[in-house]
Amino acid sequence: MTGNEQLLRTPLYERHLAAGAKMVPFAGYEMPIQYTGIVSEHRAVRTQAGLFDLSHMGEFYFAGPHAGAALDRLVSSDIAGLAVGEARYGLLCNERGTIVDDVIVYRLAPEHFMMVVNAANIAKDAAHVRARSGPDAQLADGSLQTALIAIQGPRAVAILARSAPGVRALPGFGVMAAEVAGARVTIARTGYTGEDGFELFMPNADAGSVWDALLRDGQADGLVPIGLGARDTLRLESRFSLYGNEIDETTDPIEAGLGWTCKLDKDFVGRDAIAKAKEAGPARRIAGLVVVGGVARHGHEVVDKGAPVGRVTSGTFGPTVEKNIALAYVPTALSKVGTALAVRIRDRDVPATVVKTPFYRRET
Amino acid sequence: MTVPQDLRYSKEHEWVRLDGDTVTIGITQFAQEQLGDVVFVELPEKGATVRQFASLGVVESVKAASDIYSPVSGEVVERNVKVIEKPELVNSAPYGDGWLLRVKLADKGELQKLLSADDYRAHIGDTPGSGGD
Repeated sequence: MTGNEQLLRTPLYERHLAAGAKMVPFAGYEMPIQYTGIVSEHRAVRTQAGLFDLSHMGEFYFAGPHAGAALDRLVSSDIAGLAVGEARYGLLCNERGTIVDDVIVYRLAPEHFMMVVNAANIAKDAAHVRARSGPDAQLADGSLQTALIAIQGPRAVAILARSAPGVRALPGFGVMAAEVAGARVTIARTGYTGEDGFELFMPNADAGSVWDALLRDGQADGLVPIGLGARDTLRLESRFSLYGNEIDETTDPIEAGLGWTCKLDKDFVGRDAIAKAKEAGPARRIAGLVVVGGVARHGHEVVDKGAPVGRVTSGTFGPTVEKNIALAYVPTALSKVGTALAVRIRDRDVPATVVKTPFYRRET
Repeated sequence: MTVPQDLRYSKEHEWVRLDGDTVTIGITQFAQEQLGDVVFVELPEKGATVRQFASLGVVESVKAASDIYSPVSGEVVERNVKVIEKPELVNSAPYGDGWLLRVKLADKGELQKLLSADDYRAHIGDTPGSGGD
């Protein structure tokens, strides 16, 4: 981002300013990084509920009798097996078996599917899909017309049920249509925080009234708006991959710990290379680290007995676990829980230990 | 914006409080607001030498690491152990318990290169006379 480009604004931009958000450029959009502070927002989501504007994310729509089969060949997970009203996480991979993006595919109706992609990858993913999908699955990019609001946290279901009672019965990764604040919205029980929660898709014009209604309905439950800063600390404690950090076109799903998203007994783009990588076993793996005496950051070297052996993909202070945590690629032999390593922070080797992930798991 | 009148300031948002031939150093209210939640502070040991406008240490917020620059030259006579244990003091009391270092001045004349409270307010774009909120 050079800062000279024209940044896009979501339909909730004015509301973020009015709420005192600090705005930053992110994936071509001007987005709220924080309102009151990353730590307090993070804790609000873990203990009560938070509201996120994720309208920068991309939404692709596919329709037709062969759309499901076409998507099944593009995405690593079992899309052919999706029932109407179900969503599934999966990967777009290239023929080399490395990761183009991580996505969620929603089956909205028998012949209607939606794919949600990372904001920074919208143009790349659309080209990737179009080049490989032929006439059976015409991609309609609805990213600029679709708003996305997430409500996450232990109180999310109670708050959302006030306007859409049906969400109480919605299973994890379930999708339904509902009315919220007079607007037709698509609701999925999905998220990126490690808490229970929902993501609501709607036309841009309805985003303001949905946002206002949820904040009003959730006020007594402690619902507050959450910026991208806390979104990152929440996902990292829960060990969710972030495109550009843990995964990109130089990483394969096996070493990234995403082998479970790859249905190797079907045909999909990248399948053969991924099957080969799985059989060979990964030379490196993502490991969770707890760092004592410094904060590891994306790009820092991981060191074993003074020699660089890997690199940190994400690192921060985890407000719930109250530790400095990181994810890093390390040689498989050094990825076992309990292994003592170090992270080179400003020319100093700061002790780090491989720990079990996720760093945080909610009690169910 | 709180900018105490009795302190001097660097353009990089550190403050100094003069006490005899030593100064106490911290970062300003404006700086801590820009940083957000501070989670880690890295400071030189007692006895270390610091140079005016050279890097003094690092303050890490949840999001990123930021260098702190020494507003004066001299020898570190004390570092704030409390702020190392509880980095959030930088946010809650930037001019009080969130101080960072005490430094024995090598050259008192260096203080002339620092900003007055009024100049610092202008530097951060704060309206004159609106201090002490």
